[in-house]
Amino acid sequence: MGNLIKIAFRNLYRQKRRTLLTIAIISVGVIAVLLFSALSGAFKNMMVGQITDSMLGHMQIHRKGYVSSLDNLPLDKTIDAKQMKKMGEILDRIPRVEAYSKRILMGGMLSNYMETTNIKVAGINPKDESIVTPLLTSRIKKGEMLKKGEILLPELVTKGMNLKVGQSIVLIVNNVDGSVNGQNLKVAGIVESVVGPTGKYGYIHIDDAVTVLRMDKPEFSEIAIRLNKISSLDKVTRQISLEIVEMKNKEGEPIFEVHSWKELSPFYNIAKMIDLMSLFINILLVAIVLISILNVMIMAVYERIKEIGTLTAIGTLPGKIRTMFLMEGLFLGFFGSVAGSIIGIILIIATKFAHITIAFGRNENILIDPAIPFDQMALITLVSTIVAVLASLQPAIKASHMDPIEALRYS
Amino acid sequence: MNKIVELKNISKIYRAGEVDVPALKDITVDINKGTFVSFIGPSGSGKTTLLNLIGALDTPTSGILKVDGAETGRLSTKKRAIFRGENIGFIFQDFNLISVLTVYENVEYPLLMVKETPREERVKIVNALLEKTGMLDQKAKYPSQLSGGQKQRVAVARALTTSPRIVLADEPTANLDHDTAFMVISLMKKMRDESGVTFIFSTHDPKIVGVVDIIHTLEDGIIMKSEEVTHG
Repeated sequence: MGNLIKIAFRNLYRQKRRTLLTIAIISVGVIAVLLFSALSGAFKNMMVGQITDSMLGHMQIHRKGYVSSLDNLPLDKTIDAKQMKKMGEILDRIPRVEAYSKRILMGGMLSNYMETTNIKVAGINPKDESIVTPLLTSRIKKGEMLKKGEILLPELVTKGMNLKVGQSIVLIVNNVDGSVNGQNLKVAGIVESVVGPTGKYGYIHIDDAVTVLRMDKPEFSEIAIRLNKISSLDKVTRQISLEIVEMKNKEGEPIFEVHSWKELSPFYNIAKMIDLMSLFINILLVAIVLISILNVMIMAVYERIKEIGTLTAIGTLPGKIRTMFLMEGLFLGFFGSVAGSIIGIILIIATKFAHITIAFGRNENILIDPAIPFDQMALITLVSTIVAVLASLQPAIKASHMDPIEALRYS
Repeated sequence: MNKIVELKNISKIYRAGEVDVPALKDITVDINKGTFVSFIGPSGSGKTTLLNLIGALDTPTSGILKVDGAETGRLSTKKRAIFRGENIGFIFQDFNLISVLTVYENVEYPLLMVKETPREERVKIVNALLEKTGMLDQKAKYPSQLSGGQKQRVAVARALTTSPRIVLADEPTANLDHDTAFMVISLMKKMRDESGVTFIFSTHDPKIVGVVDIIHTLEDGIIMKSEEVTHG
């Protein structure tokens, strides 16, 4: 094998210019894929981060059927205090859960004493919510995070009703029995709207939510959860599902359900589209590698017909001739991929330093932070190399099956 | 003397479209070990076909062909390749040296591809053969830097690297002038004398066969005449 490697190297060295050109073509393909993967990955991560960190959290627990009737914000599909305690114990046991925030969601009317408008409001514990959705604080354009007796109003509502920070408003809601209740609140801040579910909600303190809904004991609409690492999302979702499935109603059916952000946000489809585009670019790389190697190896076989004839005549086994050509393809693919990966990494680092920003939804100047995980880079290098070997297969088989008499006669 | 090649009623017919073209017709000939044999005849007389059969590059249409005791016509393609690697050395009319490899590398090539000889042994064998063929001082040169005679000397060295039992040379002097051709044939004879390897070559030039032991004359696929040459 060592000798075959040596000969394969020699053969590539013969046609220095062509070898370099092929390596360059493969490198360009790998660079394109790495850059695209890093940038699209960064965009995807940023997008997911904006959605999860601004409002959703990484996952949520609801009473079964709540999500399907989310538009009505039903107050009869809640998590009671006893169930919440049990749920808290489950979540506290899972080390990957960084924090969770209990929310009471409600729909109602907002009045500035002169005008009234519809509003959806989330009752939150500001401390917990700031951990679960860390971008909430940065969404507050004017004013500050709410305290008890205060409300954070969505930007569009304040514009429409000409509301300012510090002004008083009345929040009017129906409680679970249908009776109408109202509460005076002070505008603590104006919160920027974001695209997606609950992106245009106002926020009040969870104690105020309990008061305005005249609850004897707090009952929660949802629990938003933040994980240490979003990469463990599917694993933790499965784990929590398995645990809460044990909490059953009288009919023996599970009471609660877990939804990851993927099920709650329509942006998951965009994320999937980005993945699909990455796949398409990867297929393009495979095609580039395949065609360039195939072309080079076919040329190499035709140029060396007489040499193959000589090799066959002196007793070289077909398998060795095949291996020799496969090795050449392997080296072209390997060196092309490695060179491409090195240049690709340098370009990704350069892009990082270029501080490229984009606007997403209503958020501007979001920094794109391109990065490529090592395993993904290794996979791209491996796939390119394997494709190079596969592309060499047909010319290699052709060379190994060549009739020595015909080959020696070739001129 | 022991026979190393035995051909009994060998025929070879090629198919050209719908027509059968006989290249060899009922050839019967034996070649003894260590002899220096030449097949002469005009182009198309069947010399190359005969050498291809002896060299296990091809199989006869009919007849019995034994090379060093093995019926090569009955061997599979792979086994014939192994047989060639172990027993046959080839010298070609066009030298067939690899242009991008040096003289040394060309001679070394069969040891890398066929025998997988360790490096130290390779160096020893290649240098020894280059010295015997008078090409040691040219070992770093590329084929394009050599004359026709020098190229064929390299080809002779390459044919002997794997220590074959038989060396087959198809028109080894066709591309050389008379003096160079004679020098190459003399070198082959010298190598035969030193190694005891059987040399079989074909030529259409009767002037250079003076040094051979046996001359077989071929015409239209038939051996017309076989004569032993007495060297006085």
